[in-house]
Amino acid sequence: MARTAVPGRLIWRVATVDATKDESATARTLVLDVPGWPGHLAGQHVDVKLTAEDGYSVERSYSIASAADGTRVELTVQRIADGEVSPYLTEDLQPGDKLELRGPIGGWFVWDPSSPAPVLLVAGGSGVVPLMAMIRANTDKVPVRLIYSVRSPADILYGPELSERARVSPLTLTYLYTRAAPAGMPVGRINADTLAAAGWPPDSKPAVFVCGPTGFVEAAANLLVAAGHDPAAVKTERFGPTS
Amino acid sequence: MSVISRGFHGRRRGDERLPPGQYLERGFPVLSAGPTPRISTDTWQFTITTETGDTAGRWNWQQLMALPQVDVATDIHCVTKWSKLDTHWRGVSLDTLLEGVQTNAGYVMAHSYGGYTTNLPLPDIRDGKAWVVYEYEGEPLHPEHGGPIRMLVPHLYFWKSAKWVSGLTLMLHDKHGFWEDLGYHDYGDPWREQRYQGD
Repeated sequence: MARTAVPGRLIWRVATVDATKDESATARTLVLDVPGWPGHLAGQHVDVKLTAEDGYSVERSYSIASAADGTRVELTVQRIADGEVSPYLTEDLQPGDKLELRGPIGGWFVWDPSSPAPVLLVAGGSGVVPLMAMIRANTDKVPVRLIYSVRSPADILYGPELSERARVSPLTLTYLYTRAAPAGMPVGRINADTLAAAGWPPDSKPAVFVCGPTGFVEAAANLLVAAGHDPAAVKTERFGPTS
Repeated sequence: MSVISRGFHGRRRGDERLPPGQYLERGFPVLSAGPTPRISTDTWQFTITTETGDTAGRWNWQQLMALPQVDVATDIHCVTKWSKLDTHWRGVSLDTLLEGVQTNAGYVMAHSYGGYTTNLPLPDIRDGKAWVVYEYEGEPLHPEHGGPIRMLVPHLYFWKSAKWVSGLTLMLHDKHGFWEDLGYHDYGDPWREQRYQGD
């Protein structure tokens, strides 16, 4: 099992918001400048700390959406309606504002672009964010298949960029719609048939990354193992509670 | 010196039972590095191996159930920032399993089905501080949460509470487990916010 150690001490750094980009009605990308940023691997995340004027502070973890690029780090934050932090990050934060951040964190859910094995990415909702970092880091044009489950077309993050990358690189896109689909497309959840049709067969030994809400990741990972994929080759990242 | 986040107020729903940097969670999030292994109680075994490689104890499911069972009420804290208060578990104290084990070890590596490992100081799993548990809130522990049985070491971050646990290896010298080798803290005290190496 390939691993990447995270050496040294993770210090808090001050990040400045360079720009914000709305990715959907409820998700926004924060383009941050982080002086001293040591670089990161595709799939890693950061801890963000916000501090109020009276010293009250909170921390949350967010996936990095961008490939390593100097001191520039992009996070895409999905707004949670009753959240304490995500509404501030997606509605209030403006270019020029500062926040504290440390990372990169996580040496397991990472993809090495120099590895020639084909890649299968399986995303549920905003679980696409760390997988987008992998797609963006794919400069050697490794064949990548993305299966991306969303509630409706309006919930797709990075849609135009994904289409463009699929046009110019060996990236294939398969969208699954769980609530509302475009005309002529089915509504449904991920199943063995979709994985067989849109993924890689187990004997092509793909690197597999699955990220999304807990129920989605459980379902997808179980289907992959049942289809014959080596459990050790299926890396997962789950968020949110079990039902 | 912290940077003030302009316009950020927060909810202050914090509680003195929440360690620094943690928030209160009412659901039960899942953190696992891979697919959830399915372990049958028909084949499950728990083995304690000493620092010299000897088997100091081995139990199958029926043998474990024949040991004294205890109920544990505790708060749990995950390094991914959520904490859950007043959780209820049922299982067997590690004191019971370690009783009579002759060792000079100062550390222990917990092993799991599926290959997961995590390291702990031996004193941290003795004297009523750690258990193997198979019930959560009165129900059999779900596989996603480590069922049929997991460690429960609630005074440390929850990755130390190995899911799908299969045994302990006693060690004279500390060694990194799975997440510890990937940059997470060797000890993991939530009250000292020991999330990552160097914290």
